[in-house]
Amino acid sequence: MSRATLLNTALFLMLPITALAALLLDEPFIITLATKVAILALAGVGLNIALGLGGLVSLGHAAFFGIGGYAMGILAHHAQTFTPLMEAPFLLDGTKSMPVIWLVAVIAGACAALLIGALSLRTSGVYFIMITLAFGQMLYYFAISWPAYGGEDGLSIYVRNGFPGLNTLDPIQFFALCFALLALVLFCAGRLAAAPFGLALSAARQNPERVETVGLSPYRLRLLAFVISGAITALAGALFADLNRFVSPTMLSWQMSGEIMIFVILGGVGRLFGPVAGAALFILLEHVLGGLSDFWHVYLGILLLLVVLFARGGMIGSLAGREVAHD
Amino acid sequence: MTEPLLQIKSLNKSFGALTATDDVSLTLHPGEIHALIGPNGAGKSTLIKQVAGGLQPNSGEIWFDGRNVTGLSTVARARAGLGRTFQISSLAMEYTVLQNAVLGAVGHSGAVWRFFTPVMRNAKLRAAAMAALERVGLVEHAAKRTADLSHGQRRLLEVAVALTLQPRVFLMDEPMAGLGASGSKRLTGFLDGLRSEAPILLVEHDMDAVFALADRISVLVYGKVIATGTAEEIKSDPAVREAYLGEEEAA
Repeated sequence: MSRATLLNTALFLMLPITALAALLLDEPFIITLATKVAILALAGVGLNIALGLGGLVSLGHAAFFGIGGYAMGILAHHAQTFTPLMEAPFLLDGTKSMPVIWLVAVIAGACAALLIGALSLRTSGVYFIMITLAFGQMLYYFAISWPAYGGEDGLSIYVRNGFPGLNTLDPIQFFALCFALLALVLFCAGRLAAAPFGLALSAARQNPERVETVGLSPYRLRLLAFVISGAITALAGALFADLNRFVSPTMLSWQMSGEIMIFVILGGVGRLFGPVAGAALFILLEHVLGGLSDFWHVYLGILLLLVVLFARGGMIGSLAGREVAHD
Repeated sequence: MTEPLLQIKSLNKSFGALTATDDVSLTLHPGEIHALIGPNGAGKSTLIKQVAGGLQPNSGEIWFDGRNVTGLSTVARARAGLGRTFQISSLAMEYTVLQNAVLGAVGHSGAVWRFFTPVMRNAKLRAAAMAALERVGLVEHAAKRTADLSHGQRRLLEVAVALTLQPRVFLMDEPMAGLGASGSKRLTGFLDGLRSEAPILLVEHDMDAVFALADRISVLVYGKVIATGTAEEIKSDPAVREAYLGEEEAA
């Protein structure tokens, strides 16, 4: 087994081991933290497809994270207030079922990414960063000024949504659900990177001219990558809202976009397990340093600077070395 | 004579006051190598770029296989069968040599919209890529990172990727550059056989290669074609001697 595989396996197992240890020690808060890491890592895996594989520096991924959150919030809000989602042209009720909520979140995230991507991918570099940021902020201010769903105060959901056969109110069961989704998405993202699409997408990041010359359109490759990326991040958003039983415009803010990007950069841009490492480190720092000082973000900033300056491959890059080109 | 496969009709391109392409008309017939020579800055690469699709001409038309392709994108022209190699190697540098060749095979096969099957384990794509590497003599470097190749080897990889596309016309911009004497000789022999598969529009500085290979030669000076003909005709053309070959003899 290579060092990278060993490290990835260790990283991956760290989450369930932590959660199980916390269960034995009767520390439900730690289980919640592990769940949070799994969910944030999932959001990072989504961004990593655009950022790592496609080289698309999106500073607007909070838009998809928030759309997933609001998909959950709006559906559950209507279910708990027994008001229909809409009455015309046909009656549509809210729902408390996670699979339905996830499906809606993924579709909504994908549609939003298709729209935002189709427009912003016509630019590149700094302009792309600014346009994705602008779209994210547009949605943020829209959510703030939308009184039907709580506006600035957000929406509270009183009871966590349900999943057939599981008691999602039990922290360890909800953790298992989130972790299983993370594992599934990691598996699919790994296959995607090694598939013909991944080869062409990554080539378009390295040299778009080369990709055009073999008869493939970089724009289409990037747009599809952006849609897949947005859909995954929206799924993470739905889970995050369910974890907190709360959704507010904060999920759509540009700070959230920045945090998702920090997970990816800390862990290692373009590394499959990078977001897992990054999210775990972030939450760990938040709780260790956050306990010591209210100004823990200063230390996070210093760490980020060090990673960007001296360890471009992030945690995984420094520990496992340069990525070996497969085959 | 057979119908030309590629036809450039009075093409014009200028950048401000500089005329890079001045009323250029060229044809490329099946089975031939048409070489484009000229001093530095004559507009050879600008012309290739307009044919391949990276640059829109101010006026004039490009016809490929009986179809006007002037308005088509680079991607559409590549799909139609224009296989291009670049003057300055344009490859995915993080990839291995084999991955670059497989990328070409993916482009040709149209199998890019697959998301779940490992591309490097696809026997068909791999075989197509390896066959192309074999033909240019890069098989033993297949597992090397492209960034670690010499300049000459990168030129050969450019040619190999173009081969995986199985194009109907090759546009080659100085494939010999950086190859050295023996490599250049080997590639000359290879291109000689390649013309029966697809005709080649060849921009080249290596005069030995040009005179050995070209069925016809066009001389470009200041964006204008001053002469077109066989190697013998070009060698004895007084205008060419003055504008181009004479310069070299003097130097």
